[in-house]
Amino acid sequence: MKNMRYLFVGIVFGLALTKGEAVSWYRIQEMFRFESFHMFGIFMTAVPVGALSLFLLRKFEVKTLDGKDIEKPKKHFHPGIIIGSLIFGFGWALTGACPGPLYAQIGSGSTVTVVTLIAALAGTWTFGKVQHVLPG
Amino acid sequence: MDLLYRPWPWFVAGPIIGLTVPLLLWIGNKRLGISSTLRHICAACLPANVPLFNYDWKKEIWSLFFAGGLFIGGWIGGWIFANPNPVAISPSTVEYFSGFGITRQTGLMPSSIFDWDLLLSLKGFLVMVGGGFLVGFGTRYAQGCTSGHGILGLSALQWPSLVATASFFLGGISFAHLVLPYILGL
Repeated sequence: MKNMRYLFVGIVFGLALTKGEAVSWYRIQEMFRFESFHMFGIFMTAVPVGALSLFLLRKFEVKTLDGKDIEKPKKHFHPGIIIGSLIFGFGWALTGACPGPLYAQIGSGSTVTVVTLIAALAGTWTFGKVQHVLPG
Repeated sequence: MDLLYRPWPWFVAGPIIGLTVPLLLWIGNKRLGISSTLRHICAACLPANVPLFNYDWKKEIWSLFFAGGLFIGGWIGGWIFANPNPVAISPSTVEYFSGFGITRQTGLMPSSIFDWDLLLSLKGFLVMVGGGFLVGFGTRYAQGCTSGHGILGLSALQWPSLVATASFFLGGISFAHLVLPYILGL
């Protein structure tokens, strides 16, 4: 069952987010108010570690476990990236959660966050419904 | 034993978060990203005739397992081995929010907002339902969230992800300073 690999990596990722308190509403507020280095420290270590790992994977031409070439992740620009990101930023400041932390917050015992997750699904669905009239 | 319950410093949590990027690529050419799980759930449950939700979501089922892992990780780290002390935020943050009746308790979320009983209050509704809606709408519009753009995209040196991450923070910082106080004051 190949998908169990992803479950396992998800557990490690979720544990790091939770024990690192990146899923805490308090920590997110503190970050937006620039009152602690904690969250910035997480970003400033996660990104270079990710970047260095990608560099090494490429340099040593590492294959995936199944022997395939690793594809380079690419992100394409469109104006919706700016508008959507600002809208997400507003929601992040309210809920103290990005989509990943929503799952972890529910696991940590904040059962009412199920409602926030359903609201996020409604937001995603609504975007799909109105996408054709939006810029970008 | 105490070590299991204690929160992790940023220099432990950050690198582990960063290592999920190569790990997912190595075990199956998967790109870190969580907001796409919201899209897959929409596609699975209510695709309607919306083009965004009409695709073979079953091919992306790995990400739902990954999200399930996040839930279990949150349960292990935040419930079984929950920190018995309140989150150690800075005294100035504590002081600011106590002015809104949000006192620092144990747990990752303030129960004076995130509580079933407050869901139908104006404040609770705006924070939980309104905030959740903006998270879901905005991340799909931006085609990524803090993990997909902020961690994976930046690690892969993709400039659109830098624009996205700067905009996440611009939105969050301005909202936290200019709008949130009015909502918390309701």
